[in-house]
Order: sequence, then structure tokens, then C-alpha cells
Amino acid sequence: MEPVIFEERKTQIHRKGAEPFSISCNKSSLAGAVSQRACVFCGSRVVLYPIADALHLVHGPIGCAVYTWDIRGALSSGPELHRLSFSTDLREKDVIFGGEKKLYQALVELIDRHQPNAAFVYSTCIVGIIGDDLKAVCKKVQAEKGIPVIPVQSEGFKGNKREGYLAACEAMFQLVGTGDTSDISPLSVNILGDFNLAGEIWIIQDYLKRMGVDVVANITGDGRVADVRRAHGAALNLVQCSGATMDLAKMLKEKYGIPFIRVSYFGIEDMSDALYDVAKFFEDKDPGIMTRTQELVREELMALYPKLQTFRKDLEGKKAAIYVGGAFKAFSLIKSFRHLGMNVVMVGSQTGTEEDYQELAEITDEGTIIVDDTNPLELSAFIKEKDVDIFVGGVKERPIAFKLGVGFCDHNHERKEALEGFLGMYNFAREVHATVTSPVWNFTPRRRKSPIAAGSPGEVCAS
Amino acid sequence: MKTVEPFVSTTNACKMCTPLGAAMAFKGLEGCVPFLHGSQGCATYMRRYIISHFREPMDIASSSLGEKDAVYGGKANLMQGLLNVIGKYKAPAVGIATTCLTETIGDDVPTILHEFKKECLADLNGEMPALIHCSTPSYGGSHMEGFHAAVRSMVAQLADPKTAKHRGINLFSGFVSPEDIRHLQDVFAHFGLPATLLPDYSETLDGPALEDYQNIPGGGTPLDAVRAMPGADASIEFGRTIKPERSAGAVLRDTYGVPLHSLGLPIGLRESDALFTTLETLAGCSAPRRYALERGQLLDAMVDGHKYVAGKKAIIYGEEDLVVGLTSFLSEIGIKPVLVASGGESGLLAEAVAAVTEEFPGDPPLVRDGVDFYQIVAEAEALEPDLIVGNSKGYRELARARNIPLIRVGFPIHDRFGSQRVLHLGYRGALNLYDLIVNALIEKKQEDSSVGYGYI
Repeated sequence: MEPVIFEERKTQIHRKGAEPFSISCNKSSLAGAVSQRACVFCGSRVVLYPIADALHLVHGPIGCAVYTWDIRGALSSGPELHRLSFSTDLREKDVIFGGEKKLYQALVELIDRHQPNAAFVYSTCIVGIIGDDLKAVCKKVQAEKGIPVIPVQSEGFKGNKREGYLAACEAMFQLVGTGDTSDISPLSVNILGDFNLAGEIWIIQDYLKRMGVDVVANITGDGRVADVRRAHGAALNLVQCSGATMDLAKMLKEKYGIPFIRVSYFGIEDMSDALYDVAKFFEDKDPGIMTRTQELVREELMALYPKLQTFRKDLEGKKAAIYVGGAFKAFSLIKSFRHLGMNVVMVGSQTGTEEDYQELAEITDEGTIIVDDTNPLELSAFIKEKDVDIFVGGVKERPIAFKLGVGFCDHNHERKEALEGFLGMYNFAREVHATVTSPVWNFTPRRRKSPIAAGSPGEVCAS
Repeated sequence: MKTVEPFVSTTNACKMCTPLGAAMAFKGLEGCVPFLHGSQGCATYMRRYIISHFREPMDIASSSLGEKDAVYGGKANLMQGLLNVIGKYKAPAVGIATTCLTETIGDDVPTILHEFKKECLADLNGEMPALIHCSTPSYGGSHMEGFHAAVRSMVAQLADPKTAKHRGINLFSGFVSPEDIRHLQDVFAHFGLPATLLPDYSETLDGPALEDYQNIPGGGTPLDAVRAMPGADASIEFGRTIKPERSAGAVLRDTYGVPLHSLGLPIGLRESDALFTTLETLAGCSAPRRYALERGQLLDAMVDGHKYVAGKKAIIYGEEDLVVGLTSFLSEIGIKPVLVASGGESGLLAEAVAAVTEEFPGDPPLVRDGVDFYQIVAEAEALEPDLIVGNSKGYRELARARNIPLIRVGFPIHDRFGSQRVLHLGYRGALNLYDLIVNALIEKKQEDSSVGYGYI
């Protein structure tokens, strides 16, 4: 399997136990390596897009807007402006003469039509090259229309998804601090890094409500401009999704002194820990909160455990591979698989940091492959080498697993099943069980040879 | 009738970008890895978009330009990327399409490739794969311009002028489904005509389950067959809206004198008749009985079902060539196309639609090119359609919002299974579309009725 790994990428792969921990990451993707990563624009777009009452205008040629049109399952309980795809659809003459005038006209037209509460204007590769002054146009429209019009500096080539996350956080930070916070409860949080895929943020909000904690702003799932404006009034920030919103949490801490805790809502331990951490934080303000939280967790687990056990019977000893966008999600997945009696033998992420990978190395078993920014050739080789039963990843990973005759769990932003919370753990187990125990694997060519010949080349049977 | 004023902004585009079309076309050349010269995101986004339709691996390499490369030029990344992809994939061919970034910074790809061939031959142990390039800035048109540019580039850059004459036929079938490609190959085989169909992604994007992962999936038009295109008896090219300067068939006609038969996409009765009569002429024999039978079965179905569809109004959208074919077919069966829309802007759509609808009485359909779904939805208000025919992108705002059926055809179909197996072409494709349409209308009537009819 060695030949599939590029010489330049060898340091981005670590095998636990074989050598002392060392991995390099946060590098630019290797040219020609078919990285699974996207770009700066993608990073910004995915973070901001669930803000449902804002206009999201992509300034560039049509592709960037087309491929991000309603592709993710970020649900809204109210307006759904975020589900439309707006573009300035730049043409050759705009590239030659500049796109500022078109941007101005498009913004005015769309704001008049949709009356959004704010507008985000995304810069794309081409805008970075032709040098349109996004800031100036946004400022002008903001003055004319009386809503925040915020440039997002997300030129695709200016780094990877991480830079896009930062640009998104900087854009949102322009809104923070402009709303009234006078009626916010002392027991209040902002939820950062949850995008309300399949309604997940509503599950988390329900838990917090049962604990007696108010949510000020969802950042950004089911998000609203007015909530982001008063996010500085919350007592605590809960940060999920390691890369995407940590920058904003740090800005909120620095400027407004709001502490943050890192959480994950995936899996039993991490979900419970997240709630307990919140309870601990507010314990001195509300001594009863810990008891309420313990009751909540007990109640949920009593319902969940028996169901998990029935799945576990069939899954015990099976092997899993994980490749996700952010490494933080991978920690929770490893623990979740343990609850199902399964072993993780490969784990990787598109944008993990050295600390993330260090932690992955600590919690995984000997021989586990840990990989940064991988590609189809490596993934297929790892899956084969480890003979896994299930692969967890996104749309681009799915056909790799299926072609190798391996089960797959869609743990991506297009999912239609909630995977967060205790309910999410059940859904996850059910999906893992459904794919791993499917009868189709009995017949895939790796497990059972085809009884018919490879095929005669001609139109008729060769005698 | 109210016409919709043009807008500055585009909302919910009814087109994709140029390099996507190029990547699709390159995927139909045997052993070819599509390669986008640009930033990493383009390749990844397009892979995701294409994978969601075909449910197949779609590797597109990228030169992954960074900020410095955007300033100093992407030559180093392009050369390194090519070495990497050729080395690891053992690719016999790489199809390089530019993007808006590299077109705007002014990278001269042909010159870079020329240098690559000289400088890197030793690195590749003297084996240089076929390198095909095309210029596809996404501000230069829709995905169809990219598709045609890549097909034309493959022909222009691979064709070997020294090829001996042979009785093969070159077939440029356009952006059709893998099932369509397989059907066309069967048709040609049954006529006894050896065909070189380009691009053939019928296997590369609809592959079998195999024992091992294929870094480069099997199938595709053989390189040597493309090289031999100048020696063919004739070329057939589908698409009434392909301008001569974008036509691959025109390259072979103008450079090598290969006669070109330009036909519409063979959707429906008359456009399929045009194909089959052309094949009869080229093969010098009548069509095999099975096609006479299929044609008869199609007509029989059109008669059996005509009252279900009579007078229904349809909105059709998608690529220009596709909507022309669909309009032709719907007109034949008695459905009134009230709006024919496309994000494409060849300038030839109105004329092409007129040509396939002129024999039918009544007002010609409203034709809108260069439009987005916002405009199509706005037009739909007054038109009160009974059904929608197009890709899956019109589902929410157009079909669901009006509670009318959407017949999913073309690309992309992201909300149904088996998109690669939708047959549109030939008599049999028309029968398939006819069944889909009639059944959708029956289902609508059945569901909307309180009776619960068991016979309709």
C-alpha cells in the first residue's frame, strides 16, 4: 500500500505505536493529490449560511453560488432566506471592467426585494484578483439601506477552510455588540458551532431549557441577525466544532470577557459532559441546576441504554474508519463506537491541529492510522488494509466506501437525521447498525465471487 | 403577456459553471483524470455535485493554487500537480481545464504544458501521458460551454491526421446520461456501424461493484479511437444550439473533411426519426426490425395515453439542447410547452424551439434563455403549468410550491435514485419519458381525488 502515499504527505500520516507521536498539519493541500478539502470561501459560506434572515450574496462567477445552493440541512424555525442562492454571476466584461457597479446594483435589488436584516457579501477568487473594493460597496449600501452590509473576505485561494472560518467569525463580530442585552437572564449561553442540521440545535436548546438556561444566540444554526447582535450579553459561550467558531469565541472573550467552554453534543459522554459543564458554570448562581441536569441525563440514558444494547449485540468487534472535517467530532465518534463495542482503526480530518491529532493518538488503540488532509487513494488503501466494516464521512467519501463494499454513515452537513444529543446517539447507532448488518455485503465481489464470467467481449456469447 | 424584466443579480441559477462541464467530458475519455488548474475549492465542490448525482467516485485533481501562486503564476503548481497525479494514478491521460482564477491571472497553459513535456519526461521514465487542455473560465459561459470546449479540445488535440480511412462513425452525443450512451452504442451496433462515441462516461460514472477500488475506473472512449477520428466515414453531433466554433464535429469537417451530420438531441419521435434515417443512410440498410417495433410501440403508447396528457401545460428548463428535445417531444404528445427556459445563452434557443414547434397550431411557447429560477418562478405565476420537466433544482420553488409534478430529467438529479439510468434518447427513451409523464399526471389526479380510484 506504500506507493499510494505521496512522499510529501508522509509526515501527515501517523500510525499509533509504530513511532513516537508526530504529525504535520494545517498545510496547503498538495497539488494533484485530489484533496477532500474545499476552500476559504467554502469555510465562510458554511459557517454563515444558516443565519436565516440574512441575505447571502456571493460576489463572483456563478459556480461558487451554484454549488452551495441549499446543499446543507440547516433548518430554520422561521425565515428561510438562507436557502436561496444569490450571485452577481460575473461575466467576462465584469472581470475586465470590474464588478463593483454590478455588486452595488445586485445588493440594492436584492435588499429591496427580500428586506433582510443584514447582508453578507462573499468575496471569491476572482474578486481578489480584479481588486473590487468590497468594503467600499458594502459601506455605501449599508448607509443607503440602513441594515448591516458585511463583506466576507473569503477569496478561495487565500488559504484553506480555516481562513474561511476566521473570515466568517470576523464578519459576525461586526454584528456583535449592536443589540440590546438588558433583558438577558444571568443563566444564559450562546451556542457556537452548531448549524441545526436536521434540527439538532433544537434538541440542545430543549436540554438547556430543562436545566433552566436561556439561549441568547444560535451561532449559526437557526440563527438570526438580531440574536447575533446581542450575543455579547450571554454569560457563557458553548463552542462546538473545533475550527469553525473558536475564533469568534476568542473575540467575545477578549472584548466582552465572556468565558467559553468547548463542547461536543455527539455521543453519550460528550453530550453529558457538555451539560454538566454548563451546570457547573452556573452552580453558584443557581444551586439547583446540577440536580436538574443529573435528572435530565439519567432520564435520557435510561431510555437510551436498552436500545443501544440491542444494536451492540450485532456490532460487537466490528471495525470503523472515520474521516471528517474537524477533528473534534472525531473524538466523540471514537467514544460513540466504543459504546457499540466497535473499534476505530483509522481516523482523520481535513483541518485538525497538532493538538487535535495528539489527543486522537492518546485515545485510540495501538496501530490506529491517524491522518491529516487525505485523498481517495490513501483512504481506499487504509480501508482495505484495516478491512473495516464501516466508514464515517461525507458525500465525497461515500462512494469510496461503497465501491470497496464497506458500510457507510453520513456524518456530514447534508444529513437529514439528527446525530446530536441522546436522541442523536440513538439515530447514529441505528444508522451504523442498518449499514453494517445489511445483507448486501454478502454479495459484493470482495466477499463472494460472481458466478458468471467476466463477460465475452462481443455482442453474443463466445462458445 | 407579462414579461419579466432582467435583473442584475442571479437567484438560484439554472446553469452550472464552465469547468464542471469540462470535467464531465474529460471523465468520458479512457484513463483520463480531470484536472482543474485553480484553487482547491473548485475541484472539491464539483466533485461533490457530480457524486451526488451519479453516486460514483469522481476524482478531479487540482493544482491547488495558494495566495503566492495567484500573484506569481500557477506554473509551478500545475507542473507539480501533473507529476503527482500522473505518478499516483498512472493516468494515461489528463484533461486540464482552467478556472476563472488562472484565466484571470493569465497563466498560459499550452506553453506550460509544452515545457512540462520537455522538462518532466525523464521524471516520468520517458512515458508522457496525453495531456489535453481547454480554456474554461467560469465567467465565459455555462457548464455546456465547458463541456463542448473539452470535447472539442480532445478531438483537436488528439486527432491524428495520418489516420487511414475507416468505416467508423464519430458520435458526439453531448451531455446525456450513461443509460443514453449505452442505448446509442446498442443502436449503432445493431446497425453494424462501428462508432466512436465521445465522451463515453457510461461506465466511468456508472461502474460495477468490483473486488477492488479502481483509482481510474474502467471504460471511456479509447484514446486511439479519438486519434483515429479523422479517418471516419462521418461524424454525427447532437445539439441544435451548438455554435460552429464550439463544435467538435466542425473541427473534423473543416480540418479533415469528415462529413458532419448535425442533429438535435434525439428526444421524442421526430428527432429520433432524424437519427434513425441518418443511420439508415450511413449504414446503407434499413433500420433493424427492433427499432421499427420500438417506434411502433412508442406511437401506440402515444395513442393509448393521449387523453391523460391532452391540453396539459408544461414548463421545461435545463440545458438548451435538452430543452429543445423535450419541447419537441411534449409538443408531439399533446402537452403544451408554455415556457422553455435555460440558463444557457447560445443565442440559438428561440430559433431551435421554433423549428421543433412550428408544425403545431397555437401560440409558440415562451422561450427564455439566460434566466435563473427566480425568473422562471415569476413567469410560472401567470402560466399556470400542470407539470414541470427538468433537473431536480426546480423542485422546491417551482413544483412543490405549486403542488404539481416534476419529471426529473437531465443533470443534476440530487433528490432521486438511479439518475444515471434515466433513458431520454431514441424511441425507447421517448417511451420511458412518456411513461414517467403519464404516470405522474395519473398519480396527481388519483392523489387529489377523494374517491380513491383503483382504475384510471
